[in-house]
Amino acid sequence: MKKEYLYTKSHEWVLFLDEKTARIGISDYAQGELGDLVFINLPEAGDEVVAGEEFADVESVKAVSNIYSPVTGTVRAINEELLDHPEFVNSDATEAWFIEVEDIKDQVELLTEEQYKAQL
Amino acid sequence: MKLIFEKSNAGRGCELLPECDVPVTSVDDKFRRNKELHLPEVSETELSRHYTELMKRTFGVNDGFYPLGSCTMKYNPKVNDDIAKLSGFAEIHPLQPVGSAQGCLEVMKLAEEYLSEVTGMDAMDFQPAAGAHGEFTGLKLIAAYHKERKDTKRTKIIVPDSAHGTNPASAAMAGFSVINVASTKEGYVDPEELKKVVGDDTAGFMLTNPNTVGMFDENILEITKIIHDAGGLNYYDGANLNAIMGLVRPGDMGFDVVHLNLHKTFSTPHGGGGPGSGPVGCKELLIKYLPSSRIILKDGKYEYAEKSPESIGRVKAFYGNFLIVVRALTYILTLGGEGLKNASENAVLNANYMMSKLQESFEIPFSGHCMHEFVISLEQLKQEKGVSALDFAKTLLDYGMHPPTMYFPLIVHEALMVEPTETETKENLELAIEVYKKVLEQAKSDPELLHQSPVKTVIGRPDEVMAARNPILRYQFNVNGE
Repeated sequence: MKKEYLYTKSHEWVLFLDEKTARIGISDYAQGELGDLVFINLPEAGDEVVAGEEFADVESVKAVSNIYSPVTGTVRAINEELLDHPEFVNSDATEAWFIEVEDIKDQVELLTEEQYKAQL
Repeated sequence: MKLIFEKSNAGRGCELLPECDVPVTSVDDKFRRNKELHLPEVSETELSRHYTELMKRTFGVNDGFYPLGSCTMKYNPKVNDDIAKLSGFAEIHPLQPVGSAQGCLEVMKLAEEYLSEVTGMDAMDFQPAAGAHGEFTGLKLIAAYHKERKDTKRTKIIVPDSAHGTNPASAAMAGFSVINVASTKEGYVDPEELKKVVGDDTAGFMLTNPNTVGMFDENILEITKIIHDAGGLNYYDGANLNAIMGLVRPGDMGFDVVHLNLHKTFSTPHGGGGPGSGPVGCKELLIKYLPSSRIILKDGKYEYAEKSPESIGRVKAFYGNFLIVVRALTYILTLGGEGLKNASENAVLNANYMMSKLQESFEIPFSGHCMHEFVISLEQLKQEKGVSALDFAKTLLDYGMHPPTMYFPLIVHEALMVEPTETETKENLELAIEVYKKVLEQAKSDPELLHQSPVKTVIGRPDEVMAARNPILRYQFNVNGE
């Protein structure tokens, strides 16, 4: 399985680690639009996330925004580092993952990087 | 500038308190402090100069143009303060028997009647201390309504994606979950999208009209009907009432509950000078859930009716910010019905004047006439020159003007939201138009200049990330208490 970043129309990325597991973050475009992040609220390991529904929120110097899950599944891990260092998302949005989800059962419509960039 | 604690000098002081005219009693030793309070010790001269120095560093409506969109920073007539200072209002005690506070009850009753008339509601409650507090209270009324009908499935509040951030926050605080509904590209609520999200779990819907891009939603009757047909109630956020006073009423648009911001629409202090006041108004069906007892006139005397057993209970001590209600009533009585209508008409006229003059130079994403405010998008400038809405706003400070609201509504990129209000002259608007155009030219010819601004203010650019993450909220004394 080819590892590539796929995107949602609501500016999250998803990177499948295998068929049932994926990492989720927000796109570089999204971090640029949000501006400097000052807080990130993440779910806890074991929480359920639902495709198309919010699972986290981020606060930037401009506004608070919801982050929507691209997939339905169970949170396996969260990137605890981000809680103390939300600025990591600004410095490298594709490296700064928010959560890892396992037992993926469903997903929203996902775009390739090319498709995502074309619709920005 | 030194802080007041840094100006303190042991032994100095001033006598500001009057002599005690009641017997002095003492608190039991076990409840007493064992250390002196950290109070600054300064002479009255130093104290007075300290506050004057602080005052010079602020910017208010009395200093200049303050078009902070969605905040209605209109001028506050001084007569409001004169009336609020009358001893019958200012020196009243909240526990005084109502027989000796008839004037105060009359103020609240009259204010209730007039504000109900303006909004098309049947009652008004003054306890909420500000807008978001009013939203919370109004949503609790909606919750109580469904609960009494045992309609417990209704757990969702629908808000448009252009809503004020307080709307979803208040809904969450009041125990609801929030459903977002997408706006049309013109910034209106899309009735078709709304139909998709309503159902037997819909508790209510929150809306400002005119909406957050300054447009009046002409589908409003259809929108409120969709919610009513689904069994929900309609909540009107009064943030933008300044556009429609005396012209159209939320009650007639199909809303069941509203909150007003007296500190916006009714010319009471807004911002640091507050306090605010966010009265909640409602239709007959929700009156019994209101926090306060109703004021009634019986045999020529005002009194409180018995408390409704279905009331959601207090949301604030006593009567809310009563002296703010006195100021708002003064404003209403000074202007009269026609005057309120003129105020709204002029607010809309001023916004349209500015918008039409700026249209040739700036991108205005929503076409057609606006209501009391309009939105500029600087997205193109950001892409081409790297100058953001923040840079633009900061530069306006160097021209002695308060910037418009930035980055709101969220559906417009690099948004500046301008609300001139009715209390600005044509000359002031023209000056602002000239400055906006000049700053735009500067942004195009010398973008770096805008990244550096402001240069004429006492503080340039505060570190916003630091301020959000590590705020210093109180003075730090030395370990040994000095």
